[in-house]
Amino acid sequence: MAGLLQVLVLLVLLAAAWRPLGDWMARVYTDEQDWAVERVLYRLVRVDPRSEQRASTYAVAILAFSFAGIVLLYLMQRLQSLLPWSFDRGPVEAGIAFNTAISFVTNTNWQSYVPETTLGHAVQMAGLTVQNFVSAAVGMAVAVALVRGFVRSRTDRLGNAWVDIVRGCTRILLPIAAVAAVALIATGVIMSLRAGVDVIGVDGRPSTIALAPTASQESIKELGTNGGGILNANSAHPFENPNPVSNLLEIFLLLVIPVSLTRTFGRMVGSMRQGVSLLAVMAGLWTAMLAVIWTAEARSASFAGANLEGKEVRFGIPASALWANSTTGTSTGAVNSMHDSFSAFGGGGALLNMLFSEMTPGGVGTGLYSILVVAIVAVFLAGLMVGRTPEYLGKRLGRREVTCAVVVVLTMPALVLLGTGLAIALPATAEAMTNSGPHGLSEVMYAYASASNNNGSAFGGLTVTSGFFQTTLGIAMLLGRFLPIVAVLALAGLLARQPRVAPSSGTLSTGTPLFSVLVAGTIVLVAAITFLPALALSPLAEGLA
Amino acid sequence: MTAPTVHTPRPPAEAEELHASRTGRAVGAGAFRPAQLLESLPTSLRKLNPRHQVRNPVMFVVWIGSIVVTVAAIIDPSVFAWSIAIWLWFTMVFANLAEAVAEGRGRAQADALRATRTDTVAYREDGSTLPAADLQVGDRVVVEAGQVIPGDGEIVEGIATVDESAITGESAPVVRESGGDFSSVTGGTTVLSDSIVVRITAKPGESFVDRMIALVEGAQRQKTPNEIALTILLSALTIVFLLAVVTLQPMAVYSGGQQSLVVLVALLVCLIPTTIGALLSAIGIAGMDRMVQRNVLATSGRAVEAAGDVSTLLLDKTGTITYGNRRATALHPLDGVDALELAQAARLASLADTTPEGRSIVALCAEQHDLPAEADAREAAAEFIPFSATTRMSGVSIEGREVRKGATSAVIAWLGDDTDRARLEAISTGIAERGGTPLVVADGSRALGVVELSDVVKPGIADRFAELRTMGIKTVMITGDNPVTARAIAVESGVDDFLAEATPEDKLALIRHEQAGGRMVAMTGDGTNDAPALAQADVGVVMNSGTTAAKEAGNMVDLDSDPTKLIGVVEVGKQMLITRGALTTFSLANDLAKYFAILPAMFLAIFPQLAALNVMHLATPRSAILSAVIFNALIIVALIPLALRGVRFRPSTSDRLLRRNLLVYGLSGIVVPFAGIFLIDLVVRLVPGIG
Repeated sequence: MAGLLQVLVLLVLLAAAWRPLGDWMARVYTDEQDWAVERVLYRLVRVDPRSEQRASTYAVAILAFSFAGIVLLYLMQRLQSLLPWSFDRGPVEAGIAFNTAISFVTNTNWQSYVPETTLGHAVQMAGLTVQNFVSAAVGMAVAVALVRGFVRSRTDRLGNAWVDIVRGCTRILLPIAAVAAVALIATGVIMSLRAGVDVIGVDGRPSTIALAPTASQESIKELGTNGGGILNANSAHPFENPNPVSNLLEIFLLLVIPVSLTRTFGRMVGSMRQGVSLLAVMAGLWTAMLAVIWTAEARSASFAGANLEGKEVRFGIPASALWANSTTGTSTGAVNSMHDSFSAFGGGGALLNMLFSEMTPGGVGTGLYSILVVAIVAVFLAGLMVGRTPEYLGKRLGRREVTCAVVVVLTMPALVLLGTGLAIALPATAEAMTNSGPHGLSEVMYAYASASNNNGSAFGGLTVTSGFFQTTLGIAMLLGRFLPIVAVLALAGLLARQPRVAPSSGTLSTGTPLFSVLVAGTIVLVAAITFLPALALSPLAEGLA
Repeated sequence: MTAPTVHTPRPPAEAEELHASRTGRAVGAGAFRPAQLLESLPTSLRKLNPRHQVRNPVMFVVWIGSIVVTVAAIIDPSVFAWSIAIWLWFTMVFANLAEAVAEGRGRAQADALRATRTDTVAYREDGSTLPAADLQVGDRVVVEAGQVIPGDGEIVEGIATVDESAITGESAPVVRESGGDFSSVTGGTTVLSDSIVVRITAKPGESFVDRMIALVEGAQRQKTPNEIALTILLSALTIVFLLAVVTLQPMAVYSGGQQSLVVLVALLVCLIPTTIGALLSAIGIAGMDRMVQRNVLATSGRAVEAAGDVSTLLLDKTGTITYGNRRATALHPLDGVDALELAQAARLASLADTTPEGRSIVALCAEQHDLPAEADAREAAAEFIPFSATTRMSGVSIEGREVRKGATSAVIAWLGDDTDRARLEAISTGIAERGGTPLVVADGSRALGVVELSDVVKPGIADRFAELRTMGIKTVMITGDNPVTARAIAVESGVDDFLAEATPEDKLALIRHEQAGGRMVAMTGDGTNDAPALAQADVGVVMNSGTTAAKEAGNMVDLDSDPTKLIGVVEVGKQMLITRGALTTFSLANDLAKYFAILPAMFLAIFPQLAALNVMHLATPRSAILSAVIFNALIIVALIPLALRGVRFRPSTSDRLLRRNLLVYGLSGIVVPFAGIFLIDLVVRLVPGIG
């Protein structure tokens, strides 16, 4: 009952934020004026904010910016000892530094290191937190570029990547994150530049409890659907997530932008029904998967009638299920409980959320562009059934458009299948697994699903510090992020060049409940037909036993 | 507007067609005979050639899989392995069968056409002869009565009647003459009278008949844009399924249940979209074929596809919306004149008048006043005064009476001053405003009244336009009439818009305007001055009676020269796209049942709990896998008639179409294979070594 109440409060909060935030974001990306602080930035990096870019230039800007971010983050970790507040935590080992740099720039925030003992506050604040902001801004920029592709006609310009990234930070992420950080502090999240406090434990022995500038990073960690904890236990740690109020606030933060972007989309294309129909898909699947995970955990007989292993008693089943469903439905990957300890179907539900390609509601920006691409595939198939060359939002879906959409949709399944197949074939993998049997396979598959989807959460039973995992997961994160981005921008360019086809009663209408069902069906069907064999050997075999 | 009256109107047939269209029509479909499957078997075996298969990525994967399984069955023989191998080859043959049947249907037509081309001899102006096949562009040949025209060309001298039945199937000869819009002739047609000099305009092997043969045989078939896009999607899915199956093996090995190559290939073939992959090209060929059956030749599959996308139809008023000729529709007697008296006079004046207008007046009088439709002996003896451009009247002089009918001003001038001029003019103006033509009837010095001639809108056309409107298609009437007349007919016929006093430039501008608004435009035309508009339109249907220039500019030729067909052309295009989408949906939805059949079968040994997924209660793992493979092959054959005929199409809104087709093909795609595999398993389980 208390659980349902939490869900209800969450939905009310999201509903309340949807309209103002969605409208605000639409204004941000269509505004002709620059803020003073933005003008200073543009002058500094010598960008003309009024000059617009082609799809290729836009993509190059995004890629270059991200690549530079990887290099910078790598160097910061390697040269950590030269930075303040490093507490003698020394240079980060090369493999881990490389993996972490990719992980944070790709908005994955997969963590193969222990933050408290590896990273100082300077890298955390100036490195990781900065990437938390800009990687989220990059996701939104790409999504907005795609929406502009639908809105515009007969042009090869998609906007200016630099302007979109800067505005995403200055006008959306920074203000909300700042307010949220203060709110989190009020709930008890810590904010400290000290390394830690020395205490005498209950057993009478002295120990050190690590401290960190947590609240400032916690807020953007959720808001930007990043998920990388400043403390190893992530949001299961009382300093990151002290009580049910902070818990609910954090879930709200990680859902609010992806959800509100549907309104931004509706506003920008000039038809709110289009946005609402996509929101309905997201909400429908989110709710269904919440029911699956919640029921699985509540019914699992492993511990006193419910599965509490690996969960914080502070939160219990409902808040853990709610969090797990939201963190895997977005590309967040922060956790307030250990997903590896979930029951077969509960953990399988979290895995399935990612195998849906994370669009319920998905990461900031990535969720919107992913679901738009699935909508394109759905329209292509269904559009034929109304007897016309398929068109979505007035744009024809021909050979090149479909090619781009297919690249976006199929990159993730290809990476997950190849990664899992390759890893499981190696004898060394068996040693890296805590579990054998179906659950062991789930652990490996979860790792590649998490990396390829830029989620970042993990089935912790798998030790991924080996060179093989560091490398292949790193590649999965890179390709899983940038292959779709390039394809989405190419698609945006193709769409923008087209004239807008006038809708008529002969065109497939896309703002309807039937269309929502169609898109949801496509998401489930694509995931089912690609992953059913693998799932049969992992969660299904485990859960049916 | 060029000579609109050349389209021979055939009212009764069209009325019938329109009637049929309103009362539950499915787009015309050629009959499919099961025997065609047998006839096409040799061709489909020949198509197993890898060079042919590589063009279809989905079936190419099946082809390789068949070879792999065959080799595996040879190395390690078992009933199961050989059964799978055989059924995989059946899958290939069935897929080829679909294409072969589709192509075979065109071949008969092609043979008939080819017969017209052979043995034709061309006579040069100097009397020398050469085989028609050696004619070059620019050659001038003489064709006399009884000879076959050796190649496509333009008449440069002379006039002749030509029998074009070899091409059009229409037995009535047509007149062709040098200069103007009726100067083009087609190779293979026969000159019936007179003699003409023709300048050849087509290269050898590229004549109209040659192109027609290639089209109906499907030899030059290129994939259409939408077909290519769909192929890309299907290929990508195939790659993902390939990955899913390839990576399943290490996972299976890890789980302790290594799979045989035969089983993995069987799984792969069942998962990849073979149903639509096998039928895709047949659907395209059949689409062209359905056009041919309607006597419309599309120059490419692209044009057929574009027809489905059309959102604006430009329709010529004459022949499409109205019958070609004006007909008498009402009699307006002047004050004090008896209606019967007017009718008698009008009839008398028209009895000897053989024009359609004249005959329609007699018919109207017969209908309204029960007057005889034939002249009696006394009337037949009367002197007929034919219409002339100077008098603008016609009529009879009989027993001293001078009965005349004619243009209002002409008759008023003939009668002199003592007529009720104001009244006549008022009636006439009223008629003109309604889109009609007034004919004043006078007996001697007395004006009796006015006959109203009007364009008669074809029955049922308004319903047809309403149907098009629900399909999201806007209709625009093109006419040379003045705006007042045009508006009247537009209102009566229910057309969405009209272009009056249309010049070719106006048409072109209208097409550009519609296209700028993101709409696709279809039109019909025949004259050379239609060529720019035909080229600009997304779908340009040229009447076969039209000029070479027009035919070059358009992308379809209507052999019957019947502009009404444009509407049907749109429907064939839509039906082709719907068939493709429906079968794709069906094919993808099939995968669910196949998973339920094959996955438990594969892993039951290591995970007995997966028996819960065996909802069909298939007998053994081997029978389950074999049943799925057999279903996968048989469903192709079962759907060949549907692919060739096209799915049922009724004009309605997109939402209704989508809901219906999703329900029919999506839902049946999920349910049918469950039932099918279950039933096949009941038989297969009886086979020793399987069950």
